[in-house]
Amino acid sequence: MHPPKKRILISAFLTSILSLMAHSANAELPMSNKLLLTGGVSQVEGAAGGGLTPWALIGGYGTNNEVGGNIHYTYVKSNDFKLDSYGFTLGLFDRVEFSVAQQEFDIGQLRNKVTAGLGADAIGRDTLDQIIVGLKVRVFGEAVLDADTWMPQVAVGLQYKENQDNEFIKSAVIGAKSDHGTDVYIAATKLLLDKNLLLNGTLRFTKANQFGLLGFGGDKNDSYDPMLEVSAAYLLSKKLAIGAEYRMKPNNLRSPANAALFGGAEVINLQEDDAFDIFVAYAPTKNIALTAAYVYLGNIATVDAVGADYGKQEAVYLSAQIGF
Amino acid sequence: MYSKINISFTTFLALVTLTLVSPAMAEMEATHSPNLGNTPMEGTETFEAFGGKEGLVKIMDDFMIGLVQDPRTKPFFDNNKQAFIKAMLVEQMCELMNGGCKYPGRDMKSSHANMKVNREAFNALVEQFQFAMDKHNVPFSAQNKLLAKLAPMYRVIETTKGAAVPPNNLSN
Repeated sequence: MHPPKKRILISAFLTSILSLMAHSANAELPMSNKLLLTGGVSQVEGAAGGGLTPWALIGGYGTNNEVGGNIHYTYVKSNDFKLDSYGFTLGLFDRVEFSVAQQEFDIGQLRNKVTAGLGADAIGRDTLDQIIVGLKVRVFGEAVLDADTWMPQVAVGLQYKENQDNEFIKSAVIGAKSDHGTDVYIAATKLLLDKNLLLNGTLRFTKANQFGLLGFGGDKNDSYDPMLEVSAAYLLSKKLAIGAEYRMKPNNLRSPANAALFGGAEVINLQEDDAFDIFVAYAPTKNIALTAAYVYLGNIATVDAVGADYGKQEAVYLSAQIGF
Repeated sequence: MYSKINISFTTFLALVTLTLVSPAMAEMEATHSPNLGNTPMEGTETFEAFGGKEGLVKIMDDFMIGLVQDPRTKPFFDNNKQAFIKAMLVEQMCELMNGGCKYPGRDMKSSHANMKVNREAFNALVEQFQFAMDKHNVPFSAQNKLLAKLAPMYRVIETTKGAAVPPNNLSN
């Protein structure tokens, strides 16, 4: 079901990260000299940021003279769905960030309800998968050290997303216009050091439905729309931050099946809502970061007729990363 | 009528006062040591959180021990200038925290001119300073208030993106 190549890519990276970490422990290699937590954590799409939002920080602990990187695993469990995401982030000289994330979105519960209600397996799969390849470039600014100005660190980035269940997401049930898309964003991050406060604003242009898990574009809308994402984090110590994020999401989908099969009644409701989270991030050392969050995702897919009243998804978000 | 005149007179008085006082205020602001590297804080809460000058002296003692132990900063501080550097740091931090001191030392650019500091060395020093402040129970928010005054100095202290070069190895 998943192209093995991608698994190989990720495990190869894991091996090299672990060997580099072992190397750094006994060698004089300059490594991991960024200050604790100032590389952010892996957000849900693999870029360095908060939980939901990419920040202008470059991932990993490499300074302008070093390379940094990490691997992450993220688990999101909402009332009726589940998401697993794993991947890696590579930071080059505090200038360029490259990331890959593989996401598996578990829709088994919805599938069972629909199958029982209709007497037919209309969904035909338990997961929707996608791979996300990200690139970010710091344009200017120094988010941490420029403590005497309001000038933030600014980065531009893109996330190429390829859904691996194109048959289903482009079917009459979902009606996505494409199985792949590229999000483009600009992010500004500022650490107000004397106030222990980190602020971030990201403007993203995207067609992605539910991050891309339900494809790109739809019957309601198929154009790139600007979406604002904001984060605030308060530092309780060098190792511990708490924060909140808000992420606007597009609302592109209208199931073609509603008109074709149900006379226009909204039997399959794919209305998409904005998301927000409240998080705590803990980095006991530069090699480990743990993030826990409450995430509100709103509606993803509701089919009231079969008892799948899934309108308000609230989720637990747990993420761990190791790296240097 | 009377009140209108009164208001304009008050306004006039305020303007005159401002005109006379402004240059004096500007002068007051500029009275910090010219080589301090940043403007001092307004209140003295942070200075008190550091335990005053006495606290600063103890923190700098441990800071220097950490700097010499850390292989990233050792080459810069493992020399016969330790006592002098500590004394200068105490005066500089004390004045930055509005503790009533006058930093008598050189500016940050010329005091780092005979070495090459990169980001690794700069951040390593920040980490050692954090360890020393932690050891002396300086609250995190007070630490960051001082670090916010120091961090922008990276612009003149850092002079290379390549390998760091300690003071002994550069002819001045």
